[in-house]
Amino acid sequence: MDSYDLAIIVTGALVAGSCGFIGSFLILRGMALLGDAISHSVLLGIVLAFLITGDTSIVPMFVGALIFGLLTAVMVQALNRGGVEGDAATGVTFTAFFALGVVLLTAFAGRVHLDLDHVLYGEIAYVPWDLLYLGDVAIGPKALWTMGIVFLIDLLVVGAFSKEFKICSFDPGMAASLGINVALFHYLMTALVSLTTVAAFESVGAILAVAMLIVPGATAYLLTDSLGRMLGLSVAVGSLSAAGGYLLATWLDSSISGAMAATAGALFLLAFLFSPTHGVISRALARRRVGHRGESMLQ
Amino acid sequence: MDPNFLWVLSGSVLLGTSSGAIGAFAVLRKRSLLGDVLAHAALPGVCLAFMLTGAKELFPLLVGAALTGYLGVKCIDAITRWSRIKEDTALGIVLTVFFGIGVMLLTAIQHSGAGNQAGLDTFLFGQAASLVGRDVVVIAVAATMLLLAVALFFKEFKLLCFDRGFGEGLGFPMRQIDNLLMALIVMAVILGLQAVGVVLMAAMLITPAVAARYWTERLDVMVLLSALFGGLSGMAGAVVSALGPRLPTGPLIVLAATGIFLISLVAAPRRGLVAKTLRYLGTRRKVARENLLRDVYEQHELSFDGTGVASDALQGIELDRVIGESSSPGRRSRLRVAQALAKEGLLRLELTGETWICSLTPRGLQAAWDVVRRHRLWELYLTHKADLKADHVDRDADDIEHFLTPDLVARLERLLEEHHQGPRIWPSVHPLDELRR
Amino acid sequence: MHGSEIAIEVHDLSVAYHKRPVIWGIDFELPSGHLVAVVGPNGAGKSTLLKGILGLVPPTSGWVKIHGQPYHKQRRLVGYVPQRESVDWDFPTNALDVVMMGRYGHLGLLRRPGKKERAIAWECLERVGMADFAHRQISQLSGGQQQRVFLARALAQDAQVYLMDEPLAGVDAATEAAILQLLSDLRREGKTVVVVHHDLQTVADYFDWVLLLNMRLVAIGPTQEVFTAENLQKTYGGRLTLLADAAHALSLSR
Repeated sequence: MDSYDLAIIVTGALVAGSCGFIGSFLILRGMALLGDAISHSVLLGIVLAFLITGDTSIVPMFVGALIFGLLTAVMVQALNRGGVEGDAATGVTFTAFFALGVVLLTAFAGRVHLDLDHVLYGEIAYVPWDLLYLGDVAIGPKALWTMGIVFLIDLLVVGAFSKEFKICSFDPGMAASLGINVALFHYLMTALVSLTTVAAFESVGAILAVAMLIVPGATAYLLTDSLGRMLGLSVAVGSLSAAGGYLLATWLDSSISGAMAATAGALFLLAFLFSPTHGVISRALARRRVGHRGESMLQ
Repeated sequence: MDPNFLWVLSGSVLLGTSSGAIGAFAVLRKRSLLGDVLAHAALPGVCLAFMLTGAKELFPLLVGAALTGYLGVKCIDAITRWSRIKEDTALGIVLTVFFGIGVMLLTAIQHSGAGNQAGLDTFLFGQAASLVGRDVVVIAVAATMLLLAVALFFKEFKLLCFDRGFGEGLGFPMRQIDNLLMALIVMAVILGLQAVGVVLMAAMLITPAVAARYWTERLDVMVLLSALFGGLSGMAGAVVSALGPRLPTGPLIVLAATGIFLISLVAAPRRGLVAKTLRYLGTRRKVARENLLRDVYEQHELSFDGTGVASDALQGIELDRVIGESSSPGRRSRLRVAQALAKEGLLRLELTGETWICSLTPRGLQAAWDVVRRHRLWELYLTHKADLKADHVDRDADDIEHFLTPDLVARLERLLEEHHQGPRIWPSVHPLDELRR
Repeated sequence: MHGSEIAIEVHDLSVAYHKRPVIWGIDFELPSGHLVAVVGPNGAGKSTLLKGILGLVPPTSGWVKIHGQPYHKQRRLVGYVPQRESVDWDFPTNALDVVMMGRYGHLGLLRRPGKKERAIAWECLERVGMADFAHRQISQLSGGQQQRVFLARALAQDAQVYLMDEPLAGVDAATEAAILQLLSDLRREGKTVVVVHHDLQTVADYFDWVLLLNMRLVAIGPTQEVFTAENLQKTYGGRLTLLADAAHALSLSR
């Protein structure tokens, strides 16, 4: 394994780690599909930012994505209040934004340094060549720095407000009675998801960013009963998916991001079956043992 | 015109129509995003079918799509049943993992060279232009079957969406009916993949149905409208996509559907934003007018010691006492209301010296009397029947008086017979010494 | 001793959901040191009354004072126990951790719970007889045990006034007795405890005050005086269909 592979694996691990970390809260709050919706909607923000500023600098891209991420959350809620059922409201909103993003992307294909494949699969394979320069010195892949900074922001924000995020997720009613602004933390979480997604977007594409948001967190959720450990495990599972996915992709000569999602799925399946506390098979075995003991006691 | 275009157009319209019709039930059955999962989960099936048959024949590809789509749905069931993971997360897991596998297979096929059989990646965003005559025949047959099934089982699906338990009580095999609906959704999704693509297929089920819901309260009309909207979107998408060489059809169809949705959201007769705003403004106007009339009446009651003799109301009083002193908040809007009432002949405004004097016309008195009486009836009800304190009832009555239907007024009158004084107006239960605002 | 002090003062409190009035013009003054049962039929607005007092739902009129001050200034004096079904018990956390959440209000922003909070949480778990289950994942507790954890969390809030939404719903007889014992202890310590309660049979045995509610306040006061057949008839008699119908007309018209 050379530095090329390493750069990709580390970037992938950072993507999957930060997505998994933030995604854990989405799962616990029953907002998994909002994550799905946001990661589609940010495309429009990114494309618009490109079309307006005409270059690929990172700040407008983040601003655009943040705006459309929050807009998605707001619109879903508004439609919901207007009487459209939650899932349907989500579906209408994100497909509309995503469709508009794709159409703009194709219509202005010449002017935008993005194409449909990029949107879907990301360009993690090119990460090692897109370097960040400090003066004249290359200090490493750009995507690695972006993702690293975003991960740091996620960690800092969640760390600083850990008990607020925790109680807002577990018992919003109690949180409100303590004077915690539940809506504010909801939108703060939405903002973090948008931020993380847009950073991940570049590397793994829109749809697979969702995979990293949801699957590692869900895997961790089956492995532990403590929120802190769940967060740590989701980062670990995400990183493992990234590394495994890269190896799988090289072996099969296929899309790296697709392979990462597939690996994440395989790890989830393992946890689903064999998790010591929540796995289907482990629980069945435990029941059988209890059953045997029950029988021997009867005899 | 390209002769092939007619095929493409009819194919897209048929697909839009059938997914619109079935989508109405999917949304009402709260299965909106199931279509999304099915579509994404179909991708690996398409790829596997291609790898097995080595050719891009529509039928085997669709079979493959249906199989993995169905497997995906079963996975969701298994995950929610056997673990503590909730449904929304399970949907997300299945959707993304299946799609990831699909993308993996797709790129592997492309890299192996065989994939220059292009066309497979049109499944991602749809390319109606790639439909040929034979495909359209397949689509036409399937779409007709779908629509027929919807027509035949309309009553059963209605029961399923509205009250499953009741249907079971009537002896309908609700499980089988649910499965049938599921199968139809699978079929609609799989058919739509060619034109719309896996990524945005969900919109074809959801958006027309949600748009249709704005126009009607009836299920049959909703299903028809949803089918119509779906068909229109399919047509618009196919036409626009034919204009440019590189435009994928899927996003265009979805944008057309979104356009119809936005129009519905704004312009639908009862539930649309315009109608709602107008209704709100109308209500506000009515409330402001009735309040002013009542205030004029009650100012009279004060001046004449509150005996409530109707003819007293025809005497004039200073306008400022009704709409507030020159600096008081809300004076301007109340002045406008007074002017509107004067124009309609309910209020008379006369300048006497420096001050404006207003008085109720006979018609105005009638209207005011009506409002005041409803207000007092409600106050009586709250104090006598709901045990509220007299000084609390005014604000509640203020809200309610404008919305008491004749039926409710009649019931109030009967209920309170012993307390009120028939068709006359009785004094308020609380002191009237200040303006409400 | 707060004996004569007013713990909760509610004036003309009305609350509406989606413009539809649920409780109307509620007025009462509750002296501190009482154990109060809130009683009324389904849909009478019992939970809404608690949420209205806590400011969780915006009132359409009226105000609330806790020990003489508006609620938002007195949050630390108030402990709230929501309905057990209102939270996801599959949340990855253990009993001790849930109880520690009771200390969050005292910690304020950014500070994390430490040794002191842990010690308090342990004490509270012991008080409800759940110390043995401190490290048990919450979904593995029975309904009654979950309810005790919720109570321990409220104890950890170290409040003067407790508002509890159906703490006795769906618990076994032993837990019910234990909880009622705990509530009586709280009252003896001079705390004010308001409990939404369904079981009319036990009201007279355990609660020294009662609040009868059916969309509006029917009566409040010492149980012997207020818990009468006539008042119960007024509360459950269903004479107020007109009130509900008018509320419906109001919600339609907007």
